[in-house]
Amino acid sequence: MPGVEDLYREIILDHYRTPRNRGELPPPAVCTEGNNPLCGDDIRIFLDIADGVVRDVKFSGQGCSISQSSTSMMTVAIKGKPVEEVRALVRRFKHMMTLSDDEGAVDESIKLGDIEALGGVVKFPVRIKCATLGWNTLLEGLNSSQG
Amino acid sequence: MAGANTSLDAEKIRQDFPVVTSSINGKPMVYLDSANTSQKPVAVIDAMTAFMREGYAPINRSAYSLAAEATEKYEGARTKVAKFINAKSSREIVFTKNATEALNLIAYSWGRTNLKRGDVVVLTHMEHHANIVPWQMLQQEIGIELRWVPLTSDFQLDLSSLSNLLAGAKVFSFTSMSNVLGTINPVEKLCAAAHAVGALAIVDACQSVPHAPTDVQAWGADFTMFSSHKMCGPSGVGVLWGREALLEAMPPFLGGGNMISEVRLDGFKCAELPAKFEAGTPPITEVIGLGAAVDYLNGIGMANVRRHEVEMSSYVLENLTARFGDEITIHGPRNPELRGATFSFAFRGIHPHDLSQILDQTNVCVRAGHHCAKPLMKIIGANATARASFYLYNTKADADALANALDSASDIF
Ligand SMILES: Cc1ncc(COP(=O)(O)O)c(C=O)c1O
Repeated sequence: MPGVEDLYREIILDHYRTPRNRGELPPPAVCTEGNNPLCGDDIRIFLDIADGVVRDVKFSGQGCSISQSSTSMMTVAIKGKPVEEVRALVRRFKHMMTLSDDEGAVDESIKLGDIEALGGVVKFPVRIKCATLGWNTLLEGLNSSQG
Repeated sequence: MAGANTSLDAEKIRQDFPVVTSSINGKPMVYLDSANTSQKPVAVIDAMTAFMREGYAPINRSAYSLAAEATEKYEGARTKVAKFINAKSSREIVFTKNATEALNLIAYSWGRTNLKRGDVVVLTHMEHHANIVPWQMLQQEIGIELRWVPLTSDFQLDLSSLSNLLAGAKVFSFTSMSNVLGTINPVEKLCAAAHAVGALAIVDACQSVPHAPTDVQAWGADFTMFSSHKMCGPSGVGVLWGREALLEAMPPFLGGGNMISEVRLDGFKCAELPAKFEAGTPPITEVIGLGAAVDYLNGIGMANVRRHEVEMSSYVLENLTARFGDEITIHGPRNPELRGATFSFAFRGIHPHDLSQILDQTNVCVRAGHHCAKPLMKIIGANATARASFYLYNTKADADALANALDSASDIF
């Protein structure tokens, strides 16, 4: 059985205790809600996108340390980035979580930085849904904001 | 010895349950998720294995003696279940896939025949999704009205406005015990209240049949249902009990083999009860396993099971409170006589998912989440809780292991 130290890395706990970009954005920012039906966690992602760039992002809602810190790290990574880069990052992240999606090839050269710490989640399959909750919600937000 | 001063010998009973006495990585199992699904005694495992090795055959269809014996075993299990809940006749016992299917059967078959737009179905705020969603499906389909019995601050049903809620109602469907709060409801009183306004009384007995003596006639209920897998039996089989006249008057649910007495090109005739509601090949081995589970529980005595769980509840409540004080919030009644041994709790602000992950390091198995009761979770103001539930094979040592594991959880957060 893998030990919880593989799961609860310091950087993860840091983002859990002190989440970055927590809050909400007023319209016309796009708000998307995601739920983890397994555990009742919910998350809202607010996206301010203009000229193909994520100009601002915030998140709110409740969840476990993994879903909260994963979302917090995600917001740091995508803020100010072009939407196409963000989509490539999402693919890269889901690939690390051993999930594929049909949206395109994974660019293995993309640096995940702190997000790499979430790699240990794969050893705890039940928690993969927690780690990807924010990311899937982000994808929905990107899709809906592009009409 | 743990168990020595309780009403049944849980230490001895544990030995009947291979998973309960197992260990992972040299650490003993502490199984505290029986409200979700219970472990299985050797007697049940053996009965199912023996049937598959030596007696497996179809039921109700063939003249050869192997099939006749299989039919006898299958019907024997039905008789055992009928006695176990004091049904008037085994014709009132219908085997389904689980309790969820039984509730859907009632909503579909009884509900679509007897309910029309504007009719009122009363539920409570402590229901499992299985006793909510089938009614909401009828609400969408035919426009019935749903009303809800609220909770008091001490996690009981608030019956102060029950007669208003029930006025004009056609159905009152409620749980005998909450799978989240542990609250035991006054089933007889609630059935009587339903009947006083001419409403049907439906009792979701999933959480009480495995844990206490059941007498559906004393309850005065019209329908009840429960799942084998929560009462030491296998998954894949559930029980619907209904008063014979009601079942008789209902149209069938699923159509196909076994539920007919005649099929012609221009129509069909239903089989007699209970086959009318058992379309297709049933879970034969599982039903026989359920029969063995009933024998097993009868051997211990349901009153003893209940007494053991009252004692476990006292111990758990006292010890968790003494040890953790305000750091633990238990969402449920404090009085062990008014509750089952199922405890949902919040602990030191640690998210239940994280908590259960850390408890898993010492093989303490608790459930984290919404427990298929999202409306209730919203009402008690929690997105999720951790839930530890005790059964006849749990001892005070299990309760101590839970407390120790909880204490170590804060080291990480
Ligand atoms: C109160 C209650 N009702 C219904 C159910 C549904 O049981 P099953 O999933 O076996 O159909 C459960 C199981 O969790 C329950 O606790």
